[in-house]
Amino acid sequence: MINQAGPSKSRTISRRIFILSIAKATVFCGIFGRLITLQINESTKYKTLSDKNRFREWRLAPERGVIKDYFDNELASNQKVFQLHITPENTDNIEALFFRLKNILNLTDKRVFALKRKIAKQKPWEPIIVSDNLNWSEFSRINLFLHELQGAEPVVSVARVYPDFSSSHVVGYVSRVSVNDLKNKKYLRDLSVAGITVGKTGLEHKLDEQIIGTVGFQRYEVNAYGKRIRQIQLDKGQSGKNFKTSIDATVQKFTAELIKDKSAAVCVMDIYNGDIVAMVSSPTYNPNAFVYGINNKDWQDLLNHEYKPLLNKAISGLYPPGSTIKTIVALSALENDVASTHGKVHCKGFIDFYGDRFHCWKKKGHGYMDMRSAIKRSCDIYFYELARKLGVDRLAITAKKFGLGRKVLEDFREEKSGVVPSTKWKKKFIGQNWYLGETLHSGIGQGYFLSTPMQLCLMTAQIANGGYEIKPRIIIDSETKNNKFKNYIKFKNKFPDKPLPTELLFENINLKPLFRNQENINFIKDAMFGATNEVGGTSFSSRFKNKKFMFAGKTGSSQIKRFTAEQRKNEVKQNQIDYKDRDHALFVAFAPVNDPQYAISVLVEHGGSGSSSAAPIAKKVIKKVLERHELRSKIPKNYGKTV
Amino acid sequence: MFRPRALQSSLSIRDKIYSIDYILLLSILILGIISIFAMYSTDGGQFLYHTKSHILRFFIFFLFFFCISFIDIKFCHKTSLLIYLIFFLLLLGVKYFGLTSSGSQRWINFYFMNLQPSELMKVGLILFLAKYYSRIPSNDINNLKYLFFPIMALLGPILLVMTQPDLGTSVLIAIGGVVVIWLAGVKIKFFAYFAILFVSLTPIAISFLKPYQKGRILTFLNPDRDPLGAGYQIIQSKIAIGSGGLFGKGFLNGSQSYLDFLPEKHTDFIFTLFSEEFGFLGSTLILLLYILIISRLVKIGHLTRSIFGKLYCYSFATAFFSYVAVNMGMVLGLLPIVGAPLPIMSYGGSSMLSIMFGLGIAMSCKIYKDSPIN
Repeated sequence: MINQAGPSKSRTISRRIFILSIAKATVFCGIFGRLITLQINESTKYKTLSDKNRFREWRLAPERGVIKDYFDNELASNQKVFQLHITPENTDNIEALFFRLKNILNLTDKRVFALKRKIAKQKPWEPIIVSDNLNWSEFSRINLFLHELQGAEPVVSVARVYPDFSSSHVVGYVSRVSVNDLKNKKYLRDLSVAGITVGKTGLEHKLDEQIIGTVGFQRYEVNAYGKRIRQIQLDKGQSGKNFKTSIDATVQKFTAELIKDKSAAVCVMDIYNGDIVAMVSSPTYNPNAFVYGINNKDWQDLLNHEYKPLLNKAISGLYPPGSTIKTIVALSALENDVASTHGKVHCKGFIDFYGDRFHCWKKKGHGYMDMRSAIKRSCDIYFYELARKLGVDRLAITAKKFGLGRKVLEDFREEKSGVVPSTKWKKKFIGQNWYLGETLHSGIGQGYFLSTPMQLCLMTAQIANGGYEIKPRIIIDSETKNNKFKNYIKFKNKFPDKPLPTELLFENINLKPLFRNQENINFIKDAMFGATNEVGGTSFSSRFKNKKFMFAGKTGSSQIKRFTAEQRKNEVKQNQIDYKDRDHALFVAFAPVNDPQYAISVLVEHGGSGSSSAAPIAKKVIKKVLERHELRSKIPKNYGKTV
Repeated sequence: MFRPRALQSSLSIRDKIYSIDYILLLSILILGIISIFAMYSTDGGQFLYHTKSHILRFFIFFLFFFCISFIDIKFCHKTSLLIYLIFFLLLLGVKYFGLTSSGSQRWINFYFMNLQPSELMKVGLILFLAKYYSRIPSNDINNLKYLFFPIMALLGPILLVMTQPDLGTSVLIAIGGVVVIWLAGVKIKFFAYFAILFVSLTPIAISFLKPYQKGRILTFLNPDRDPLGAGYQIIQSKIAIGSGGLFGKGFLNGSQSYLDFLPEKHTDFIFTLFSEEFGFLGSTLILLLYILIISRLVKIGHLTRSIFGKLYCYSFATAFFSYVAVNMGMVLGLLPIVGAPLPIMSYGGSSMLSIMFGLGIAMSCKIYKDSPIN
């Protein structure tokens, strides 16, 4: 039966459940209200938050542009590199994996230890790079054993590679981004992508911003632990712009091989359009060593090497021009009418000026010298006399006109501008007055005079083309007018007084002659012909008899250390003194004589005399360059022009 | 008013089937099916472990619910003390033979399932107290002597569960017990005294709380206190629900749960997952289904004629409400995170068993609504 107190009890219960029901309804209203707030009113905010949780972006390093030579050989190219990544999460037994890898890749214990420490520091699904540059045999071995190497992942990536080291100094190298790079280069900060390399020297540095490309994006959906689940979007970015240079890789290689065990530099330039055909500095280095970060030992070896391999001697090495400047001294004297070509000076081996004795390189003296024979035989006494008459300031003007004392190329931050001394210069930089004796030293390219081999090459080129200013270039783009210079200069040289033919007029070329009277230039060229091709000329032994290769040149030896009276008396030879004290050997030339096309400068550091060590190198290089001239002229000149 | 006794004891099968509360039955079935889809989504759209075992459990326990429904309420009334004692012993057993997982000892290993007796106790306590109060005369209800026993019956399991430790379940058990005492007609002043006692004991209780429990409460008060640590769950749950918007992200497209931002997505945060994928409309549907179930339970309480039945149905309805409210309040950031599953929807055998058991008894109250109870 129902309990006695049934009715009253059940009334209480009903009343109280009614109260509770109201409470429940209130709570449900609260929950419903909350749902409205979250899912309707604030839904946009939470959708944003959810997407922020969900998506993560990775930036992709773009492929660098390629640097090519004139014949489209790649000087700096990209190669597929084979890398080995390990994702610790995917392997059951990391110890076993390392044990297998150690056998396959010859990993050192130290390296394995470093890798394990790195693994311990990061999340298990983040891959680590075990090796960023495997060779093919290692890579194929990895692939062969891949079924045993759970968690290891062979990856093919793209990295910079320099196929040949002969152009290392021209092209430069790339390496990992440093703190300084980030500080100084806005475009790098804008890229902000890991694993990118940046040009440190040479063209790689100059062209960096254009060659580096645009960064790509990879958008991933990630889970709560940051593991990538799925790729949502991929923008590969754009690889950098490709560049073509005027360099001839074959000549580069040939030249580099020729001077490989010397500390030397060779420049070859087209005398009409200023194209730099070769720019070799020796010894060279392996730029590939920098791409993945050079190790400290190799770096120290490069820095401490006696021959300074990292220095681009062609543009950053400063040397007194020595006797190679004599052409300019003679030209300046002729242009300023301080001497005639016929005036003779007696050389008896030395001359006394202002209480000092100045020596000729030839102890016995040359006898009576006119200007042509003085250049031909490189008589110092004649040029002391000429310089004395000319004065250093007039010489400086001519020397600067022909390209000394300023940077030849705009492309290299490591290029030096050298020194053309003048009275003003000395006052400004040294703070002393000019001594007349210093004028005499300047007259034979000693004293304060400093130049780079590239400057000497430009100087020779501008003499060889008949005295017109050219703008040397190494990067070939559509904008330079250089390609039309040749026709113009040749026409002008042939018919100095005739008006220009219409097709040249329309080109609107404004070539600047560097001479007052072109006869003077022609005289210097003829004297240089004599110096190489006539008996008694300083580089006579290096001449070509074949008209095709015949060249005209001027030797030079720049003195490092003053000869003592005792050494002079004992007729000490260059190879008898310390390497560091020997003269630098120089040689400048243009070829072929009949229809000049190229200028060359050769420097051999501490090589002794120009005629014995620099000229023979020039001879071989000239032959190579001229052999390739026909090939080179077949390449369309308007390369890069938008047609 | 009363039917002849002979009629009451011999309800035909047809009568029984007629008197089933079909609305309640259907609501439970719909929620169960929805929960299977939700579980399928937590498995990342694959037919994996959680989904399979959830389906199995749901159908086994739904069958169980059906069987209980057809057992005369009198049987439950008779055995309620026994049921309570069995559950209590099981709770004691947990203390000694229990399995420990993530720092708390809650389960006993029966070979077919790991049972969580604290979940069963939610229903057992209500059953026992309903019987107790249906038997004492209304004059004696406010007698202190008669209040002592229910309080003991209440505190025993609560303390056992608290020390497991499992704050959420012990709170839910307490709510169930207190509701029965309240409905039976115990004067409000006693509740007031208890409230005062409780508040004054709070500082002492806080000193007994585990650091993570303190952290949860502080985090509830300010979720941004530690966004990657204790506040993480609330923040991610709110993001998931909020980002669902009006229509949701679509079935199997809930990025928050799919990408593991959502913690405990099978159990406590199953509502969050559903809200994210089906939006405001989906969560409203779930809410309505629960309201429907609760109102049906209350309705059954109205219909049943025994005090025991009324007390049980009302109390269970309220307890059921509290499970839903605590879970939803928790995932919506209205309450601190206290491990409380959502009835029927959440993954978990014991919770499902206990809910189906409770619902089965309520259904039996409906079917045998006229059954006389001594």
